[in-house]
Amino acid sequence: MTGTKTATKRAEVVVTGLGVTAPNGLGTSDYWAATCAGVGGIGPVGRFDASGYPTALAGEVPGFVPEDHLASRLLPQTDHMTRLALVTADWALADAGVRPDEWSDYDLGVVTASSAGGFEFGQRELQALWSKGGRHVSAYQSFAWFYAVNTGQISIRHSMRGPCGVVVSDHAGGLDAVAQARRQVRRGTSRLMLSGGVDGAVCSWGWVAQLASQRLSPDGYRPFDATASGYVPGEGGAFLVLEAAEPARERGARPYGRIAGYGSTFDPRPDGRDREPGLKRAIDLALDDAGITPADVDVVFADAAGVRELDAAEAAAIGAVFGRRGVPVTAPQTMTGRLYAGAAALQVACALLAIRDGIVPPTTGTDPMPEYGLDLVVGEARRRPVRTALVLARGYDGNNSALIVREEV
Amino acid sequence: MAQLTIDDLRRILREAAGDVQDIDLDGDVMDLEFEAIGYDSLALLEAGSRIERAHGITLDDGLITEAATPRDLLTAVNEVLAEADAA
Repeated sequence: MTGTKTATKRAEVVVTGLGVTAPNGLGTSDYWAATCAGVGGIGPVGRFDASGYPTALAGEVPGFVPEDHLASRLLPQTDHMTRLALVTADWALADAGVRPDEWSDYDLGVVTASSAGGFEFGQRELQALWSKGGRHVSAYQSFAWFYAVNTGQISIRHSMRGPCGVVVSDHAGGLDAVAQARRQVRRGTSRLMLSGGVDGAVCSWGWVAQLASQRLSPDGYRPFDATASGYVPGEGGAFLVLEAAEPARERGARPYGRIAGYGSTFDPRPDGRDREPGLKRAIDLALDDAGITPADVDVVFADAAGVRELDAAEAAAIGAVFGRRGVPVTAPQTMTGRLYAGAAALQVACALLAIRDGIVPPTTGTDPMPEYGLDLVVGEARRRPVRTALVLARGYDGNNSALIVREEV
Repeated sequence: MAQLTIDDLRRILREAAGDVQDIDLDGDVMDLEFEAIGYDSLALLEAGSRIERAHGITLDDGLITEAATPRDLLTAVNEVLAEADAA
Protein backbone atom coordinates (compact mmCIF):
# COMPACT_ATOMS: atom_id res chain seq x y z
CA MET A 1 0.00 0.00 0.00
CA THR A 2 2.63 2.50 -1.02
CA GLY A 3 2.37 5.44 -3.34
CA THR A 4 1.13 8.96 -3.04
CA LYS A 5 -2.52 9.77 -2.70
CA THR A 6 -3.90 11.33 -5.81
CA ALA A 7 -6.33 14.20 -5.84
CA THR A 8 -8.95 12.20 -7.69
CA LYS A 9 -11.00 9.96 -5.48
CA ARG A 10 -10.43 6.33 -6.35
CA ALA A 11 -13.49 4.44 -7.47
CA GLU A 12 -15.42 2.67 -4.76
CA VAL A 13 -15.63 -1.04 -5.42
CA VAL A 14 -18.74 -2.88 -4.30
CA VAL A 15 -19.72 -6.52 -4.01
CA THR A 16 -22.86 -7.21 -6.03
CA GLY A 17 -23.02 -11.00 -5.90
CA LEU A 18 -22.07 -13.90 -3.64
CA GLY A 19 -21.75 -17.63 -4.21
CA VAL A 20 -21.00 -20.04 -1.37
CA THR A 21 -20.23 -23.75 -1.10
CA ALA A 22 -19.36 -24.59 2.49
CA PRO A 23 -19.21 -27.65 4.73
CA ASN A 24 -22.22 -26.35 6.63
CA GLY A 25 -24.26 -25.35 3.62
CA LEU A 26 -24.42 -25.78 -0.14
CA GLY A 27 -25.39 -22.34 -1.37
CA THR A 28 -25.43 -18.97 0.37
CA SER A 29 -28.79 -19.28 2.11
CA ASP A 30 -28.12 -22.76 3.56
CA TYR A 31 -24.67 -21.66 4.68
CA TRP A 32 -25.88 -18.46 6.29
CA ALA A 33 -28.82 -20.10 8.07
CA ALA A 34 -26.55 -22.81 9.50
CA THR A 35 -23.85 -20.33 10.44
CA CYS A 36 -26.20 -18.00 12.32
CA ALA A 37 -27.68 -21.00 14.13
CA GLY A 38 -24.26 -22.33 15.09
CA VAL A 39 -24.68 -25.51 13.07
CA GLY A 40 -21.37 -26.92 11.91
CA GLY A 41 -20.35 -29.25 9.11
CA ILE A 42 -17.23 -30.90 10.50
CA GLY A 43 -17.23 -34.67 10.78
CA PRO A 44 -15.29 -37.84 9.99
CA VAL A 45 -13.63 -37.71 6.58
CA GLY A 46 -15.91 -39.23 3.95
CA ARG A 47 -13.98 -38.76 0.71
CA PHE A 48 -11.36 -41.35 1.57
CA ASP A 49 -10.53 -43.72 4.41
CA ALA A 50 -8.69 -41.46 6.85
CA SER A 51 -8.94 -43.80 9.81
CA GLY A 52 -5.22 -44.59 9.73
CA TYR A 53 -4.13 -40.95 9.86
CA PRO A 54 -3.45 -38.73 12.88
CA THR A 55 -6.32 -36.48 11.78
CA ALA A 56 -9.57 -37.98 10.52
CA LEU A 57 -11.86 -34.93 10.75
CA ALA A 58 -12.77 -32.59 7.90
CA GLY A 59 -15.38 -30.12 6.79
CA GLU A 60 -16.86 -31.56 3.60
CA VAL A 61 -19.49 -29.86 1.44
CA PRO A 62 -22.79 -31.76 1.86
CA GLY A 63 -25.13 -32.81 -0.90
CA PHE A 64 -22.98 -31.81 -3.85
CA VAL A 65 -23.82 -33.87 -6.96
CA PRO A 66 -21.67 -32.55 -9.82
CA GLU A 67 -23.93 -34.05 -12.51
CA ASP A 68 -26.80 -31.92 -11.23
CA HIS A 69 -24.90 -28.74 -12.04
CA LEU A 70 -22.29 -29.41 -14.72
CA ALA A 71 -22.33 -30.77 -18.25
CA SER A 72 -20.88 -34.23 -18.81
CA ARG A 73 -18.16 -32.70 -20.99
CA LEU A 74 -16.66 -30.98 -17.92
CA LEU A 75 -16.55 -33.97 -15.61
CA PRO A 76 -13.57 -35.94 -17.01
CA GLN A 77 -11.42 -32.79 -16.91
CA THR A 78 -12.17 -31.39 -13.45
CA ASP A 79 -11.04 -32.03 -9.91
CA HIS A 80 -13.69 -32.07 -7.18
CA MET A 81 -12.69 -28.60 -5.96
CA THR A 82 -12.88 -27.18 -9.50
CA ARG A 83 -16.41 -28.56 -9.83
CA LEU A 84 -17.30 -26.81 -6.58
CA ALA A 85 -15.65 -23.65 -7.89
CA LEU A 86 -17.54 -23.69 -11.19
CA VAL A 87 -20.87 -24.04 -9.41
CA THR A 88 -19.97 -21.38 -6.84
CA ALA A 89 -19.03 -19.00 -9.64
CA ASP A 90 -22.32 -19.68 -11.45
CA TRP A 91 -24.20 -18.81 -8.28
CA ALA A 92 -22.20 -15.63 -7.62
CA LEU A 93 -22.86 -14.32 -11.13
CA ALA A 94 -26.55 -15.22 -10.93
CA ASP A 95 -26.80 -13.53 -7.54
CA ALA A 96 -25.34 -10.37 -9.07
CA GLY A 97 -27.92 -10.52 -11.84
CA VAL A 98 -25.13 -10.88 -14.37
CA ARG A 99 -25.49 -12.85 -17.58
CA PRO A 100 -21.97 -12.89 -18.97
CA ASP A 101 -23.18 -13.30 -22.57
CA GLU A 102 -24.75 -9.84 -22.30
CA TRP A 103 -21.37 -8.29 -21.48
CA SER A 104 -18.28 -7.76 -23.57
CA ASP A 105 -15.80 -10.60 -22.93
CA TYR A 106 -13.00 -8.20 -22.09
CA ASP A 107 -15.03 -6.36 -19.46
CA LEU A 108 -15.13 -9.48 -17.28
CA GLY A 109 -12.15 -10.83 -15.34
CA VAL A 110 -11.39 -13.59 -12.84
CA VAL A 111 -8.88 -13.67 -9.99
CA THR A 112 -9.05 -16.67 -7.70
CA ALA A 113 -6.95 -17.83 -4.78
CA SER A 114 -5.44 -21.29 -4.86
CA SER A 115 -3.35 -23.40 -2.55
CA ALA A 116 -2.52 -26.72 -4.15
CA GLY A 117 -4.61 -27.07 -7.30
CA GLY A 118 -6.53 -30.24 -8.09
CA PHE A 119 -4.89 -32.61 -5.63
CA GLU A 120 -7.43 -35.43 -5.74
CA PHE A 121 -7.33 -35.52 -9.56
CA GLY A 122 -3.54 -35.42 -9.47
CA GLN A 123 -3.39 -38.23 -6.95
CA ARG A 124 -5.53 -40.47 -9.15
CA GLU A 125 -3.40 -39.80 -12.22
CA LEU A 126 -0.11 -40.28 -10.39
CA GLN A 127 -1.41 -43.57 -9.06
CA ALA A 128 -2.24 -44.54 -12.65
CA LEU A 129 1.26 -43.50 -13.71
CA TRP A 130 3.15 -45.66 -11.24
CA SER A 131 0.79 -48.61 -11.21
CA LYS A 132 -0.10 -48.86 -14.92
CA GLY A 133 2.20 -46.53 -16.86
CA GLY A 134 2.15 -43.22 -18.68
CA ARG A 135 -0.43 -44.32 -21.24
CA HIS A 136 -2.98 -44.49 -18.45
CA VAL A 137 -2.58 -40.89 -17.31
CA SER A 138 -5.44 -38.62 -18.38
CA ALA A 139 -4.59 -35.95 -20.92
CA TYR A 140 -6.52 -33.59 -18.64
CA GLN A 141 -3.94 -34.00 -15.92
CA SER A 142 -2.04 -31.38 -17.97
CA PHE A 143 -4.19 -28.68 -16.39
CA ALA A 144 -6.63 -30.25 -13.93
CA TRP A 145 -4.01 -30.28 -11.15
CA PHE A 146 -2.85 -26.74 -11.86
CA TYR A 147 -3.03 -23.82 -9.43
CA ALA A 148 -4.71 -21.56 -11.97
CA VAL A 149 -7.25 -24.15 -13.07
CA ASN A 150 -10.27 -22.59 -11.36
CA THR A 151 -9.59 -19.19 -12.88
CA GLY A 152 -9.11 -20.80 -16.28
CA GLN A 153 -12.21 -22.97 -16.17
CA ILE A 154 -14.42 -20.12 -14.94
CA SER A 155 -12.99 -17.82 -17.59
CA ILE A 156 -13.66 -20.36 -20.35
CA ARG A 157 -17.14 -21.25 -19.08
CA HIS A 158 -18.37 -17.65 -19.10
CA SER A 159 -16.07 -16.15 -21.76
CA MET A 160 -14.55 -13.84 -19.16
CA ARG A 161 -11.51 -12.69 -21.08
CA GLY A 162 -10.53 -9.57 -19.16
CA PRO A 163 -7.71 -9.59 -16.60
CA CYS A 164 -7.35 -13.08 -15.12
CA GLY A 165 -4.96 -14.40 -12.53
CA VAL A 166 -4.39 -16.55 -9.49
CA VAL A 167 -2.96 -15.75 -6.06
CA VAL A 168 -1.25 -18.42 -3.97
CA SER A 169 -0.83 -17.26 -0.37
CA ASP A 170 -2.41 -19.99 1.74
CA HIS A 171 -5.25 -18.77 3.98
CA ALA A 172 -4.55 -15.13 3.16
CA GLY A 173 -5.21 -15.87 -0.51
CA GLY A 174 -8.93 -15.17 -0.42
CA LEU A 175 -8.25 -11.61 0.75
CA ASP A 176 -5.31 -11.07 -1.57
CA ALA A 177 -7.36 -12.20 -4.57
CA VAL A 178 -10.21 -9.83 -3.69
CA ALA A 179 -7.70 -7.00 -3.28
CA GLN A 180 -6.23 -7.75 -6.69
CA ALA A 181 -9.71 -7.81 -8.24
CA ARG A 182 -10.42 -4.44 -6.62
CA ARG A 183 -7.24 -3.02 -8.19
CA GLN A 184 -8.34 -4.21 -11.62
CA VAL A 185 -11.75 -2.58 -11.25
CA ARG A 186 -10.17 0.66 -10.02
CA ARG A 187 -7.71 0.72 -12.89
CA GLY A 188 -10.61 0.35 -15.25
CA THR A 189 -9.03 -2.72 -16.84
CA SER A 190 -12.21 -4.64 -16.12
CA ARG A 191 -15.81 -3.61 -15.44
CA LEU A 192 -16.53 -6.68 -13.41
CA MET A 193 -14.29 -9.10 -11.54
CA LEU A 194 -15.18 -12.46 -10.11
CA SER A 195 -12.93 -13.14 -7.16
CA GLY A 196 -12.42 -15.23 -4.04
CA GLY A 197 -11.47 -18.84 -3.63
CA VAL A 198 -12.86 -22.35 -3.54
CA ASP A 199 -10.45 -25.04 -2.46
CA GLY A 200 -10.15 -28.53 -1.08
CA ALA A 201 -7.73 -31.44 -0.99
CA VAL A 202 -9.55 -34.07 1.05
CA CYS A 203 -7.65 -37.05 -0.37
CA SER A 204 -4.83 -39.12 1.08
CA TRP A 205 -2.11 -37.32 -0.87
CA GLY A 206 -3.48 -33.93 0.13
CA TRP A 207 -3.83 -35.15 3.69
CA VAL A 208 -0.19 -36.13 3.98
CA ALA A 209 0.86 -32.76 2.55
CA GLN A 210 -1.33 -30.93 5.07
CA LEU A 211 -0.20 -33.06 8.01
CA ALA A 212 3.35 -31.93 7.33
CA SER A 213 2.47 -28.49 8.71
CA GLN A 214 1.94 -30.06 12.16
CA ARG A 215 -1.06 -27.77 12.54
CA LEU A 216 -3.89 -30.23 12.01
CA SER A 217 -5.91 -31.15 15.05
CA PRO A 218 -6.50 -34.78 15.98
CA ASP A 219 -9.58 -33.95 18.02
CA GLY A 220 -11.33 -30.75 16.94
CA TYR A 221 -10.94 -27.09 16.05
CA ARG A 222 -10.93 -24.89 19.18
CA PRO A 223 -9.25 -21.57 18.38
CA PHE A 224 -8.38 -19.33 21.34
CA ASP A 225 -9.14 -22.20 23.73
CA ALA A 226 -6.63 -23.38 26.33
CA THR A 227 -6.91 -26.82 24.73
CA ALA A 228 -6.39 -25.60 21.16
CA SER A 229 -4.71 -28.41 19.25
CA GLY A 230 -4.62 -27.19 15.67
CA TYR A 231 -7.30 -26.81 13.06
CA VAL A 232 -9.56 -29.07 11.05
CA PRO A 233 -9.21 -28.69 7.28
CA GLY A 234 -12.18 -28.32 5.00
CA GLU A 235 -13.29 -27.78 1.42
CA GLY A 236 -15.37 -25.10 -0.28
CA GLY A 237 -15.25 -21.34 -0.19
CA ALA A 238 -16.89 -18.36 -1.82
CA PHE A 239 -16.80 -16.15 -4.86
CA LEU A 240 -17.67 -12.47 -4.94
CA VAL A 241 -18.67 -10.28 -7.86
CA LEU A 242 -16.91 -6.91 -7.73
CA GLU A 243 -17.83 -3.80 -9.69
CA ALA A 244 -17.29 -0.07 -9.44
CA ALA A 245 -20.08 1.43 -7.33
CA GLU A 246 -21.48 3.92 -9.84
CA PRO A 247 -21.97 1.64 -12.84
CA ALA A 248 -23.25 -1.09 -10.53
CA ARG A 249 -25.93 1.25 -9.24
CA GLU A 250 -26.75 2.35 -12.78
CA ARG A 251 -27.41 -1.20 -13.92
CA GLY A 252 -29.66 -1.75 -10.90
CA ALA A 253 -27.40 -4.03 -8.87
CA ARG A 254 -27.94 -4.17 -5.12
CA PRO A 255 -24.54 -4.19 -3.42
CA TYR A 256 -23.93 -6.14 -0.23
CA GLY A 257 -21.27 -3.62 0.71
CA ARG A 258 -17.98 -2.26 -0.47
CA ILE A 259 -14.38 -3.35 -0.23
CA ALA A 260 -13.18 -0.36 1.77
CA GLY A 261 -9.64 -1.22 2.82
CA TYR A 262 -6.85 -3.73 2.48
CA GLY A 263 -3.39 -4.27 3.88
CA SER A 264 -0.86 -7.05 3.51
CA THR A 265 2.43 -7.64 5.32
CA PHE A 266 5.11 -10.23 5.95
CA ASP A 267 6.28 -11.20 9.40
CA PRO A 268 9.91 -10.43 10.20
CA ARG A 269 12.49 -13.15 9.60
CA PRO A 270 12.69 -15.64 12.46
CA ASP A 271 15.89 -13.93 13.62
CA GLY A 272 14.27 -10.48 13.48
CA ARG A 273 13.02 -10.65 17.03
CA ASP A 274 13.23 -6.93 17.64
CA ARG A 275 10.53 -6.27 15.03
CA GLU A 276 6.85 -6.77 15.72
CA PRO A 277 4.87 -9.47 13.87
CA GLY A 278 3.11 -8.26 10.77
CA LEU A 279 -0.57 -8.78 11.55
CA LYS A 280 -1.04 -5.51 13.44
CA ARG A 281 0.66 -3.61 10.61
CA ALA A 282 -1.70 -5.27 8.12
CA ILE A 283 -4.68 -4.08 10.22
CA ASP A 284 -3.24 -0.55 10.45
CA LEU A 285 -2.70 -0.45 6.69
CA ALA A 286 -6.25 -1.63 6.01
CA LEU A 287 -7.74 0.94 8.39
CA ASP A 288 -5.64 3.65 6.78
CA ASP A 289 -6.66 2.52 3.30
CA ALA A 290 -10.32 2.67 4.35
CA GLY A 291 -9.80 6.05 5.97
CA ILE A 292 -11.33 4.91 9.26
CA THR A 293 -10.28 4.41 12.88
CA PRO A 294 -10.55 1.28 15.04
CA ALA A 295 -13.67 2.76 16.66
CA ASP A 296 -15.48 2.45 13.32
CA VAL A 297 -15.06 -1.34 13.23
CA ASP A 298 -18.10 -3.26 14.49
CA VAL A 299 -16.73 -6.79 14.29
CA VAL A 300 -13.50 -8.64 13.54
CA PHE A 301 -13.55 -11.96 11.69
CA ALA A 302 -10.44 -13.63 13.05
CA ASP A 303 -7.97 -15.91 11.29
CA ALA A 304 -8.28 -18.25 14.29
CA ALA A 305 -5.47 -20.66 13.51
CA GLY A 306 -6.27 -22.89 16.48
CA VAL A 307 -2.55 -23.13 17.26
CA ARG A 308 -1.58 -21.71 20.65
CA GLU A 309 1.20 -19.33 19.65
CA LEU A 310 -0.66 -18.17 16.54
CA ASP A 311 -3.85 -17.57 18.54
CA ALA A 312 -1.81 -15.58 21.07
CA ALA A 313 -0.20 -13.50 18.33
CA GLU A 314 -3.55 -12.73 16.74
CA ALA A 315 -5.15 -11.84 20.08
CA ALA A 316 -2.21 -9.53 20.78
CA ALA A 317 -2.57 -7.78 17.43
CA ILE A 318 -6.31 -7.31 17.87
CA GLY A 319 -5.75 -6.06 21.43
CA ALA A 320 -3.05 -3.64 20.31
CA VAL A 321 -5.39 -2.03 17.80
CA PHE A 322 -8.76 -2.20 19.56
CA GLY A 323 -7.88 -2.52 23.24
CA ARG A 324 -8.75 -5.32 25.63
CA ARG A 325 -12.21 -6.71 24.75
CA GLY A 326 -12.53 -3.61 22.59
CA VAL A 327 -14.43 -5.11 19.66
CA PRO A 328 -16.57 -8.22 19.06
CA VAL A 329 -14.50 -10.96 17.45
CA THR A 330 -15.82 -14.07 15.76
CA ALA A 331 -14.51 -17.12 13.90
CA PRO A 332 -17.43 -18.95 12.29
CA GLN A 333 -14.93 -21.18 10.51
CA THR A 334 -15.13 -23.36 13.63
CA MET A 335 -18.22 -24.66 11.79
CA THR A 336 -16.48 -25.34 8.47
CA GLY A 337 -12.84 -25.98 9.22
CA ARG A 338 -10.13 -23.95 7.58
CA LEU A 339 -10.59 -23.94 3.82
CA TYR A 340 -7.13 -22.78 2.65
CA ALA A 341 -7.61 -20.60 -0.44
CA GLY A 342 -11.36 -20.70 0.17
CA ALA A 343 -11.14 -19.65 3.82
CA ALA A 344 -10.83 -15.90 3.72
CA ALA A 345 -13.18 -15.48 0.76
CA LEU A 346 -15.85 -17.28 2.77
CA GLN A 347 -15.10 -14.97 5.72
CA VAL A 348 -15.64 -11.92 3.50
CA ALA A 349 -18.95 -13.35 2.29
CA CYS A 350 -19.89 -14.03 5.91
CA ALA A 351 -18.98 -10.45 6.88
CA LEU A 352 -21.13 -9.04 4.08
CA LEU A 353 -24.07 -11.18 5.18
CA ALA A 354 -23.51 -9.97 8.76
CA ILE A 355 -23.77 -6.40 7.45
CA ARG A 356 -26.92 -7.22 5.48
CA ASP A 357 -28.75 -8.84 8.39
CA GLY A 358 -27.23 -7.19 11.46
CA ILE A 359 -26.10 -10.51 12.90
CA VAL A 360 -22.66 -11.54 14.12
CA PRO A 361 -22.51 -15.34 13.79
CA PRO A 362 -20.96 -17.27 16.67
CA THR A 363 -17.69 -19.08 17.16
CA THR A 364 -18.67 -22.60 18.16
CA GLY A 365 -17.10 -25.32 20.27
CA THR A 366 -14.47 -23.19 21.93
CA ASP A 367 -13.96 -21.58 25.33
CA PRO A 368 -11.63 -18.62 24.88
CA MET A 369 -8.80 -18.11 27.32
CA PRO A 370 -9.48 -14.93 29.35
CA GLU A 371 -5.79 -13.97 29.04
CA TYR A 372 -6.34 -13.26 25.36
CA GLY A 373 -8.68 -10.39 26.24
CA LEU A 374 -10.96 -11.07 23.30
CA ASP A 375 -14.69 -10.38 23.22
CA LEU A 376 -15.20 -13.59 21.29
CA VAL A 377 -18.81 -14.14 20.20
CA VAL A 378 -19.46 -17.62 21.57
CA GLY A 379 -22.66 -19.53 22.23
CA GLU A 380 -25.26 -17.71 20.19
CA ALA A 381 -25.16 -15.25 17.34
CA ARG A 382 -25.20 -11.64 18.46
CA ARG A 383 -27.75 -9.29 16.93
CA ARG A 384 -26.28 -5.85 16.40
CA PRO A 385 -25.94 -3.41 13.55
CA VAL A 386 -22.82 -4.16 11.52
CA ARG A 387 -21.65 -1.35 9.27
CA THR A 388 -17.97 -2.18 9.14
CA ALA A 389 -16.23 -5.53 9.43
CA LEU A 390 -12.54 -6.36 9.47
CA VAL A 391 -11.48 -9.77 8.12
CA LEU A 392 -8.06 -11.19 9.06
CA ALA A 393 -6.22 -14.05 7.39
CA ARG A 394 -2.74 -15.45 7.69
CA GLY A 395 -0.78 -17.70 5.40
CA TYR A 396 1.71 -20.35 6.40
CA ASP A 397 5.09 -18.90 7.35
CA GLY A 398 4.14 -15.34 7.96
CA ASN A 399 2.08 -13.54 5.35
CA ASN A 400 -0.75 -11.51 6.87
CA SER A 401 -3.68 -9.84 5.19
CA ALA A 402 -6.51 -7.66 6.46
CA LEU A 403 -9.55 -6.55 4.52
CA ILE A 404 -12.33 -4.17 5.51
CA VAL A 405 -15.86 -4.36 4.15
CA ARG A 406 -18.37 -1.60 4.83
CA GLU A 407 -22.05 -1.10 4.43
CA GLU A 408 -22.84 0.65 1.16
CA VAL A 409 -24.85 3.80 1.90
CA MET B 1 -7.43 -57.32 -35.34
CA ALA B 2 -10.93 -55.82 -35.26
CA GLN B 3 -11.35 -52.49 -36.98
CA LEU B 4 -12.44 -49.42 -35.05
CA THR B 5 -16.03 -48.46 -35.88
CA ILE B 6 -17.85 -45.18 -35.49
CA ASP B 7 -19.78 -46.68 -32.58
CA ASP B 8 -16.51 -47.60 -30.87
CA LEU B 9 -15.33 -44.04 -31.37
CA ARG B 10 -18.55 -42.59 -29.97
CA ARG B 11 -18.21 -44.70 -26.86
CA ILE B 12 -14.54 -43.85 -26.42
CA LEU B 13 -15.15 -40.11 -26.85
CA ARG B 14 -17.91 -40.20 -24.25
CA GLU B 15 -15.72 -42.06 -21.78
CA ALA B 16 -12.71 -39.90 -22.48
CA ALA B 17 -14.20 -36.46 -22.55
CA GLY B 18 -17.89 -36.60 -21.70
CA ASP B 19 -20.93 -36.21 -23.90
CA VAL B 20 -21.45 -33.11 -26.01
CA GLN B 21 -24.51 -30.97 -25.52
CA ASP B 22 -25.71 -29.35 -28.69
CA ILE B 23 -25.01 -32.15 -31.15
CA ASP B 24 -26.38 -35.67 -31.21
CA LEU B 25 -23.26 -37.78 -31.22
CA ASP B 26 -25.37 -40.76 -32.31
CA GLY B 27 -26.46 -38.89 -35.42
CA ASP B 28 -24.53 -38.54 -38.66
CA VAL B 29 -21.28 -37.07 -37.38
CA MET B 30 -18.80 -38.97 -39.61
CA ASP B 31 -17.82 -35.89 -41.60
CA LEU B 32 -18.33 -33.16 -39.02
CA GLU B 33 -15.20 -31.50 -37.69
CA PHE B 34 -14.36 -32.50 -34.14
CA GLU B 35 -14.32 -28.88 -33.11
CA ALA B 36 -17.87 -28.44 -34.40
CA ILE B 37 -18.96 -31.52 -32.47
CA GLY B 38 -17.41 -30.09 -29.31
CA TYR B 39 -14.19 -32.07 -28.84
CA ASP B 40 -10.94 -30.16 -28.67
CA SER B 41 -7.38 -31.41 -29.12
CA LEU B 42 -7.07 -32.57 -25.51
CA ALA B 43 -10.28 -34.57 -25.79
CA LEU B 44 -8.83 -36.25 -28.88
CA LEU B 45 -5.48 -36.94 -27.18
CA GLU B 46 -7.34 -38.57 -24.32
CA ALA B 47 -9.47 -40.58 -26.75
CA GLY B 48 -6.29 -41.54 -28.63
CA SER B 49 -4.61 -42.94 -25.54
CA ARG B 50 -7.72 -44.98 -24.79
CA ILE B 51 -7.65 -46.42 -28.32
CA GLU B 52 -3.95 -47.24 -27.86
CA ARG B 53 -4.66 -49.03 -24.57
CA ALA B 54 -7.66 -50.96 -25.92
CA HIS B 55 -5.86 -52.18 -29.03
CA GLY B 56 -2.28 -52.40 -27.83
CA ILE B 57 -1.03 -50.04 -30.55
CA THR B 58 0.90 -46.79 -30.64
CA LEU B 59 -0.47 -43.79 -32.48
CA ASP B 60 1.69 -40.84 -33.49
CA ASP B 61 0.59 -37.60 -31.81
CA GLY B 62 0.31 -36.09 -35.29
CA LEU B 63 -2.17 -38.75 -36.35
CA ILE B 64 -4.54 -37.65 -33.60
CA THR B 65 -4.18 -33.91 -33.98
CA GLU B 66 -4.32 -33.91 -37.78
CA ALA B 67 -7.58 -35.86 -37.95
CA ALA B 68 -10.23 -33.22 -38.53
CA THR B 69 -13.28 -35.52 -38.57
CA PRO B 70 -14.29 -38.90 -37.16
CA ARG B 71 -13.87 -40.37 -40.66
CA ASP B 72 -10.27 -39.08 -40.78
CA LEU B 73 -9.51 -40.54 -37.39
CA LEU B 74 -11.12 -43.92 -38.09
CA THR B 75 -9.28 -44.20 -41.41
CA ALA B 76 -5.92 -43.37 -39.85
CA VAL B 77 -6.40 -45.65 -36.82
CA ASN B 78 -7.62 -48.54 -38.98
CA GLU B 79 -4.53 -48.22 -41.18
CA VAL B 80 -2.38 -48.63 -38.08
CA LEU B 81 -4.49 -51.61 -36.98
CA ALA B 82 -4.14 -53.23 -40.41
CA GLU B 83 -0.35 -52.72 -40.31
CA ALA B 84 -0.22 -54.25 -36.86
CA ASP B 85 -2.15 -57.25 -38.20
CA ALA B 86 0.17 -57.63 -41.18
CA ALA B 87 3.29 -57.42 -39.02
